[in-house]
Amino acid sequence: MNESGHHPAPLSPVERRVAALEALLTERELVPEGFIEEITRRYESEIGPLNGAKVVARAWVDPGYKERLLTDGTAAIAELGFGGPEGDHMVVVENTSAVHNVIVCTLCSCYPWPVLGLPPSWYKDPPYRARMVREPRTLLAEMGCPLPGDVEIRVWDSSAEVRYLVLPQRPAGTAGMTEAELTGLVTRDSMIGVARL
Amino acid sequence: MDGIHDLGGMQGLGAVDHSPAEPVFPDRWQATARALMEVVAGAVEASGGEFRHSIERMDPGHYLTSSYYEHWLTGAATLAVEHGLVAHAELEARAGGRFPLSGPVLAPPVADAGPDMGEPRFGVGDRVRVRDWHPPGHTRCPGYVRGKAGTVVRVDGTHSVPDIEAHGPARRYEPTYSVRFDAAGLWHDGQRGVTVHVDLWDSYLEPA
Repeated sequence: MNESGHHPAPLSPVERRVAALEALLTERELVPEGFIEEITRRYESEIGPLNGAKVVARAWVDPGYKERLLTDGTAAIAELGFGGPEGDHMVVVENTSAVHNVIVCTLCSCYPWPVLGLPPSWYKDPPYRARMVREPRTLLAEMGCPLPGDVEIRVWDSSAEVRYLVLPQRPAGTAGMTEAELTGLVTRDSMIGVARL
Repeated sequence: MDGIHDLGGMQGLGAVDHSPAEPVFPDRWQATARALMEVVAGAVEASGGEFRHSIERMDPGHYLTSSYYEHWLTGAATLAVEHGLVAHAELEARAGGRFPLSGPVLAPPVADAGPDMGEPRFGVGDRVRVRDWHPPGHTRCPGYVRGKAGTVVRVDGTHSVPDIEAHGPARRYEPTYSVRFDAAGLWHDGQRGVTVHVDLWDSYLEPA
């Protein structure tokens, strides 16, 4: 194969910095062979919001599971095989017609990795972190989740070791659906609390 | 430290750039930067507190104008330099340009962490007030609750105090609590029907 004539795009400044640090750490034999590829693969394919959706759907169809989930989130989530870093101390907060829960991390970007995967950019960016604790009604409406004035909003700032998962309300008209079908209804945003189903 | 990372309640930052779905790593360098932080944190045995503080010490302008994984890159490079794994000059030579690092640690190392606290001082329903203090080092006590009174709603067992573990090998374990604050008590323009819950270590609190 003749690659001549094809020049890769020049690296941006941040890409050059990443490459510099990677090269120096690799020369010092601090980067195990395949380490970067392996952890990237894990975060891209093994964890994500589908795990959380399975937890939510199970809670919707199994009242005993729901009770365990709300009492000891970590143990109940482990029943479905999910756990690990940023999921060792899980608290699940339940939405009702009168109460809406939403999670944030004002100090950095703490997020329940085993059930939701890595956080989306907007969750990590300053506007969300600044505003959700100060004007959640306004921000939720802006994000497409307007709430009636009589719905209580509970904001959870993940400032210590607990990570939160919102248990959304089961949508009306889903009585005949299977657990697998219900899983498909659960969105990442509904488990963060910036959407209702 | 009263740093740029402590964003709760800050105004003027604009709209949330919300997308319902996005790739985990939009660019490969982000995945690499994330992995390199794990490499460095492992090599220098950084605690969670030291890791977070390496990012909190970024230049505020750089922090606000760079993406999340550039924060991780900057923190990883800062820890690597501070622990002697690489030299700043080497990084800049390899990068062919500036390689900004985070600012210096402003708090002295913690020599004596004091005794662990096994039993919680407070229980569910107790009224507490957050100490109005401004430590120069790492803390997980958000600025917007300092001096404010709230109610304990959950007791979560004991955990290493971040303010201590970020500044040396000493450790102290204390209970943490989820404390509920009424929005009207946090903000002069607090919205109705809103409560904000913040998870706080025992030593951040005093009886109200």
